[in-house]
Amino acid sequence: MNTSTIITRVNQLINAVEKADSAPKLYEAVVELANSKSVEAIPTLIQVLGYNNPGAAVAATEGLIALGESVIEPLLRSLDNYNYGARAWAVRVFAGIGDIRALDLLTLSALNDFSLSVRRAATKGLGNLQWHQLSSENIIIIQTQVLETLLVTANDGEWVVRYASIVSLEDLYQSIDSTYQDLLLKIIHTLKEIITIDAEIAIQSRAKLALKKIDNK
Amino acid sequence: MNTEISMTPEIAIANLNQKKDLGLRYYAAWWLGKFRVKTAIAVESLIKALKDEEDRAPDGGFPLRRNAAKALGKLDDLRAVEPLIQCFECDDYYVRESAAQALEMLGDSRAIQPLMNLLDNAVKEDKLTNYAVEQVIGKPYLNQPYEAIIEALGTLFAKNAINLIKPFLEHPTPKIAYAAARAMYQLTDDDVYGEILVTALKGKELQLRRSALMDLGAIGYVKSGEAIGKAYAENSLKLIAMKGLLESQVKKDSTTELSPDTIKLMAIMDSLL
Repeated sequence: MNTSTIITRVNQLINAVEKADSAPKLYEAVVELANSKSVEAIPTLIQVLGYNNPGAAVAATEGLIALGESVIEPLLRSLDNYNYGARAWAVRVFAGIGDIRALDLLTLSALNDFSLSVRRAATKGLGNLQWHQLSSENIIIIQTQVLETLLVTANDGEWVVRYASIVSLEDLYQSIDSTYQDLLLKIIHTLKEIITIDAEIAIQSRAKLALKKIDNK
Repeated sequence: MNTEISMTPEIAIANLNQKKDLGLRYYAAWWLGKFRVKTAIAVESLIKALKDEEDRAPDGGFPLRRNAAKALGKLDDLRAVEPLIQCFECDDYYVRESAAQALEMLGDSRAIQPLMNLLDNAVKEDKLTNYAVEQVIGKPYLNQPYEAIIEALGTLFAKNAINLIKPFLEHPTPKIAYAAARAMYQLTDDDVYGEILVTALKGKELQLRRSALMDLGAIGYVKSGEAIGKAYAENSLKLIAMKGLLESQVKKDSTTELSPDTIKLMAIMDSLL
């Protein structure tokens, strides 16, 4: 296929999404459009996040995450006039891509969103940031800031947010330069504390696993 | 109506004990359960509300009794067991359902025989009777709240109910059949029943997949981990189910060290965040 036939094909898929008149049809059209992995699909996939159709939104989210960095700018721009549901899905996209430009939104969402599933996804995203996008002198500044956020989310009232915090603390540990011993020790100390004081077996176990993986580093 | 913010246990109990405003009583019963007010006076007032005659729904039911039964399930006070068992005499289906769920939560084995009695007419010679499958005329429900009854019997570890529960695996209402699979697994530890729920994860309706997920989490059927990870449902629900599996696996592990199975379950959970 040459370039113009590919674009025609993507346009057809976009049309199918716009014309879908039932939830299952919309879902299938979005899956196909997401599978095209085309940047032309970005605006339509972003629109789908606002449709209040969870199945289609999951497919659109996955498609946008797969497209990576090129999604960040248009998605950030579209946020201002977004409904809450769309915003929540957008946070999941940002968390999946881990682009540094989404840091502020992920931090705010991890700390303050009223939905536990959004706090969960944002928290997970903070451990997964694309550190290589930062200059070497900025990395440790941002990592310190992310650690502070994770120390707060590690005390969230919902077990699943605490679980995500542990996963992110583990990821963060792996990406911090070994010369910053104080930060690394702080993470280890926090994980040990979780093992002794958290009431949930699932949370204690995940903290044990994080320590184990860190020890093997 | 009082808002949550201005509500206190004292006000809720006073509201529950007055007779003038039925709406206030109904809300107070819910509130005492929601905020787990475990004082003696709260429990006693709720037990009294199980016999309420004033608050009647258009369908003839007893809304306050339903709420009071639900609340008592959350308060861990075994004085509620006998009064909840007496609720099985009530002709309101939803009162019986709430009572069965509350008795499951209280975990007292005195409830076993009365729960089994509710299944009496439903099983004959190890087969379901018409009584078990027919809807009450003009109502959206069957003769008894079978799902709640069977789940309670499973949780209460009612081994002598196995022959009564097993026929329900063939019940035409999927959620009741799942409840039977769930209880049979709890009572026999036989993977055959866990696998029934794993198969249900692939069902066509989202509601039924969700229901199977919650059942698998409740019984901690560890072998379903990968199927749960792949099921087509919200990650939030899958994570709740996986937490049930993880807890069950950790309890099975003989050491405090993490077993390979435990680590595998957590890897699935990580991927769902």
